[in-house]
Amino acid sequence: MPTPLDSTLIVMPAFNEQESVGDVVREVFEKLPGVTCLVVNDGSSDATSDRAREAGALVAELPFNLGVGGAMRVGFRYAVDHGFDNVVQIDSDGQHDPSNVRALLDQLENADLVLGARFAGEGSYRVSGPRRWAMVVLSTFLSRTAKTRLTDTTSGFRASGPRAVRLFAVHYPAEYLGDTIESLVIAARAKCIITQVPVSMRPRAGGVPSHNPFKAAAYLGRASMALAFALIRPPVPLYNAEAGR
Amino acid sequence: MTITSYIFGVLAALLTLGVVIEMLRRHRLRERHAIWWLVAGTLALVVGVFPGVLVWAAGVIGIEVPLNLVFFVSVAVLFLVCIQHSAELTALEAKARTLAESVALNQLRIEKLEKRILDDESR
Repeated sequence: MPTPLDSTLIVMPAFNEQESVGDVVREVFEKLPGVTCLVVNDGSSDATSDRAREAGALVAELPFNLGVGGAMRVGFRYAVDHGFDNVVQIDSDGQHDPSNVRALLDQLENADLVLGARFAGEGSYRVSGPRRWAMVVLSTFLSRTAKTRLTDTTSGFRASGPRAVRLFAVHYPAEYLGDTIESLVIAARAKCIITQVPVSMRPRAGGVPSHNPFKAAAYLGRASMALAFALIRPPVPLYNAEAGR
Repeated sequence: MTITSYIFGVLAALLTLGVVIEMLRRHRLRERHAIWWLVAGTLALVVGVFPGVLVWAAGVIGIEVPLNLVFFVSVAVLFLVCIQHSAELTALEAKARTLAESVALNQLRIEKLEKRILDDESR
């Protein structure tokens, strides 16, 4: 039996996404009946909350911008408080296809954290140049830490099982790239089982990904630093996270 | 050293200590933030009153120009104060983040309760 959608919370961090958030929420409800959808408005100055409410989502409004890490921890805390087993993170800009959520949830049967990987065969998402090298370097190191082959560690499309949800409700980092890189390190070192599922990625509704080599180099530097610090921090054992509740 | 510069040194140290203690007294400064300023002010006062102490200490450590010891200690104190401030800032940011998250979650709860009350009233 697949993991029931009733006990799954979809969390969507949203920062000024009034154009897309309504459609994404409607698509989630259409493709995943029975699921609960929480949009975390990360201090937007536009009508993100209204659009999300109109579409039928629960909306948590942060008083100021905390970044994806802060928004996600709101989702994890909500899940723990309201007895949801699983949390699935979906971008509110429509890049992620909600129909892949079932595949992610299926993998939660035997894993604590499932990443939706963009380069693992499906879809046509491509990155090139320094940004691609950065992703390769990160994947190599993180695969070793997680003791499994991960090809897309910066994916924001991921599902967390009960153990990971309880861990993240206390320890989800808010720093730059903490929501992708450091959270993986925290989970791996807390002995969570991590795996990945190939997903297709749709082009972003608005804006083009940057191909500026200087920005890409800066990204590689900051990502390496985030990874290095994540690795030298004291690990958080899972039982601590559970005792903390 | 002239008598004027001697008095100037002592007065400067007393002024520093006076300002810090007065701010502590009026709760404008918490003790944990004032500790390094108190240490610096006390050291400055001791050295100001007994300049021989500085020459002696520099000799013990092996610094040829005693004034360099003053510079070294000053920089060390400023460094410690800055590090302490950065650490406190980090702690405050973490607290603000946790509070912001709680505000968002409580807001959500209030909205739910309000909706339930409205539904009950209209029934």
